[in-house]
Amino acid sequence: MKLDNIYQEEKKSNFAKVSEIIITMASRPSGFIGLSILIFHVILAFISPYIAPYDFKAINPTLMLQAPSAEYWFGTDDLGRDVFTRTILGGRTALTITFFGSLIALLWGGLLGIFCGLVGGKTDDIVMRIVDAFLSIPWILAMLLIVSLLGTSTEVLIPALGFFYGKGIVRVARAATHDVIAKDFIVSARARGHSNFSIIWNEIIPNVRDAILVEGAMRWSWMLLGFSSLSFLGFGVSPPTPDWGLMISNARGLMSFAYWSVIAPIVGLSSLIIGINLTADAFAKALGIDRSTKAPV
Amino acid sequence: MTEIIQKVKNLSIGFKSKKGEEILILRNISTNIKKGETVGIVGESGSGKSTLALAMMGYVKHGLYTIGGECEFNSSNLLKMKNRDLEKIRGRKIAMIPQNAGQALTPNLKIGYQIDEALQLHSDLKEEEREQKISELLNKVRLPSPETIALRYPHELSGGQQQRVAVAMALAGTPDLLLLDEPTTGLDVTTQAHVLELLNFIAKDTGTSMVYVSHDLGAIAQVSDRIIVMYSGEIVLEGPSRDILKKPIHPYTYGLLKSIPKLSLAGLPQSMPGSQPQPGTMHRGCSFFDRCDFSEEKCKNNSPQLEYLEELNTSVRCFNYKSLMNDSQVNQTVNKIKTSLQDKEILNLSEVSISYAKQKLLDQVLNRISDDNPTVKDININIKKGETIALVGESGSGKSTILKSIAGLLRTKGGIIKFDQNRNLSSDLKERDPNDLRIIQLIFQNPDESLNPNHTVEEIIAQPLKLYFGLKGEELKKNIIDLLQKVRLGEFYMSRYPRQLSGGEKQRVAVARAFAAKPDIILCDEVTSALDVSVQAAVLNLLQQLKEDFGTTYIFVSHDLAVVRAISDRVAVLYQGRLCEVGPSKDVYQFPSHPYTEVLLGAVLEPDPDIKPKLVAEDIVEEKPPQKGCSFQGRCSRILGDICKNEVPPWQITNSGNSIRCHIPLKELQKDQVN
Repeated sequence: MKLDNIYQEEKKSNFAKVSEIIITMASRPSGFIGLSILIFHVILAFISPYIAPYDFKAINPTLMLQAPSAEYWFGTDDLGRDVFTRTILGGRTALTITFFGSLIALLWGGLLGIFCGLVGGKTDDIVMRIVDAFLSIPWILAMLLIVSLLGTSTEVLIPALGFFYGKGIVRVARAATHDVIAKDFIVSARARGHSNFSIIWNEIIPNVRDAILVEGAMRWSWMLLGFSSLSFLGFGVSPPTPDWGLMISNARGLMSFAYWSVIAPIVGLSSLIIGINLTADAFAKALGIDRSTKAPV
Repeated sequence: MTEIIQKVKNLSIGFKSKKGEEILILRNISTNIKKGETVGIVGESGSGKSTLALAMMGYVKHGLYTIGGECEFNSSNLLKMKNRDLEKIRGRKIAMIPQNAGQALTPNLKIGYQIDEALQLHSDLKEEEREQKISELLNKVRLPSPETIALRYPHELSGGQQQRVAVAMALAGTPDLLLLDEPTTGLDVTTQAHVLELLNFIAKDTGTSMVYVSHDLGAIAQVSDRIIVMYSGEIVLEGPSRDILKKPIHPYTYGLLKSIPKLSLAGLPQSMPGSQPQPGTMHRGCSFFDRCDFSEEKCKNNSPQLEYLEELNTSVRCFNYKSLMNDSQVNQTVNKIKTSLQDKEILNLSEVSISYAKQKLLDQVLNRISDDNPTVKDININIKKGETIALVGESGSGKSTILKSIAGLLRTKGGIIKFDQNRNLSSDLKERDPNDLRIIQLIFQNPDESLNPNHTVEEIIAQPLKLYFGLKGEELKKNIIDLLQKVRLGEFYMSRYPRQLSGGEKQRVAVARAFAAKPDIILCDEVTSALDVSVQAAVLNLLQQLKEDFGTTYIFVSHDLAVVRAISDRVAVLYQGRLCEVGPSKDVYQFPSHPYTEVLLGAVLEPDPDIKPKLVAEDIVEEKPPQKGCSFQGRCSRILGDICKNEVPPWQITNSGNSIRCHIPLKELQKDQVN
């Protein structure tokens, strides 16, 4: 017996549905923490240019590697730039690029997965083998190749990241579609003669949407880690733009005597990833999806 | 007085809702299970019967908790026991046989090993003795050649055999009490009859007490000495099984028995209005109040207590049981079905064969199907306009496969399906034009699966209207309301989601969706088997009413022969994808002539302790139809010899227009059955 049947619910507006999901997410401690961290980072990304105390690219040789003080909260780096300023600004690019990257990944991965799941047969076989082939290529090598050929501009990074992180979504979307496709309401729609497009749009998407969204949220945190790795290797954001990956890369040699310049970006990056992960977990639980994908951290 | 094994005292089990209210699933249940007796617990889904059975072995489902009362076994309360102590009782003293044995057995361990495991845990036998015991147990549940069965994996056994293995495992610990949760529900009729017979034998042989939980009064009638009828988490009637089935003194049981279709009676049984209240919605009064024909003003606000009647040895929860006591012989009245048969032929299947065989590469290129022994073969049926024809047979008989081909979901391998004498429907979906698709609509078995959980009732019914007639706006809405009224649902259902509807309401929505296309033929695939008995009758009556209003033709697939008897004009009996017998249902049911029809009808369980099933043939399951000869040769008890094995039997036509496919001459076929 389904226990939640007891409450007769009326059809709700989308806004009411979304706010209910958010309230359910926040009612769990882990969800509350995750959401708070995520919201904090997003707000910070919007307001940081206005609250940053110093110019992020102002080099001051006299202030090299200052320890944290009242004036420079997180100290200064090897070029005398304020670490606090650079840390609060350092998440902006990563957050924007990976957000749009995840959207692209969701879109193409989700649609292709649903299509393959529905059509099946040879088309499905061929497409899935191609996806498998791409999955077997280490993404970082492929990314490095693309970036070194096409440059590190946003227009290259977003679609490239979106492509590489969408491959996994194809599989998830296809599996979710397979669960739905066996149900009689799909058979019924087919027997009535609806087109594939209509079946995907009306029958499948409402039923797999949640699973794909959760997967997309997970991919977002993976992508963030990936993008920061690229920056770390020098293929992401180019200096002097502040970026956590780049900051960690620059300061890692000085770790033994100027730990502050590396700890601040590490905390920034990992807290954001943890925040997204916890949020995605809470999101999955609020929607009632059992998620087996492990978090990247 | 015999010894009491299990004592349930004032047991209440429930859960806390999101709002913090306490919602009861079981309300103040008290009963005793005596040594050596079999107690049947019946009720509709959601009546709390499984929760009660599980509580009897000290288990409360996750999310539920005991609110009060106890389950006493050997004078200790199981519900307060620690898990360590429960382990010693479960399996050894109280064993459970689950509904779906196929899922209860570990798929990657051999049968023998799994029984051995049960023996290690629940008995003190040594290794050599255990081996002996395994064959003994398998013998006891009448599995052929125990030594080979023990070496098999669960998937290599049929459903009935798996259920027998589950029984053997439960018996491993020689328990005092055996709990059976719908043990035969997923099985074919013939297998079900065999398993029940086995359970009866075991109860007598070992003296084990049994608690048999089922929604099926027919099965309960065969096994139990005493019956407990549950409704909405309460015991409403408890007493000796014969009295309860013959002279029910509670209005619910009375209505329930009236709503079950019987083999001996053609026509639709009366339905019970409404549905069981959801837990938590009942606050005062009798829980059966709104569905009761005998209710009075006082039933609305006062809940009756369970009253023990000394002279009948029965407990009843009703103020008005006396009015039922006098004339409570269940006089079943049925609504005779009107045949709206017309002479016009609407669908013609000739020489249809369907194959699931995978195409070889060459065949794929040439776009043909090659399979010399297809799943379905030689189907010849003419269906007249306005007729209800039923396809019956056990699982694997190809009845759903034929439906799929008619609907275009499956390509036929050979033969022709013709609509209205001239339109060819042998092609599959892609090649049919929208109008060909519109004229044939499907209703599925399980409305939970056939309605998209994310669509409202409005969106569900709008789909065919938009697709076939291009309706929009106000006109669309008007049509939807119209259709909802036709299936006896109000306008306010439009904004509901399927999960907010009861099983019967969901199936009504599915019916409305099928009729929205204004079809000529509706294919009904086991439409009532997922529903409760009291709801089933209502849906059958609705289908009949709609048929009379619209002149639709039904092709009705069901494994429930009593339901088929109630609604159909003509019956086609299938075995292994081959037709055995086709004829007017009246004749097929009166003189079952084909040996297989005889087997099928003999195995039907009726809610009457005096009608015992006749077990004619073995319940073996054949994987594949035989290459040549009669399809039923493997199980036929009247096999003639080589002729049955080598030659496909001819069609023989009786005086009443009944066609039978058998080598045995007609006279002999019918003579034997009179005896």
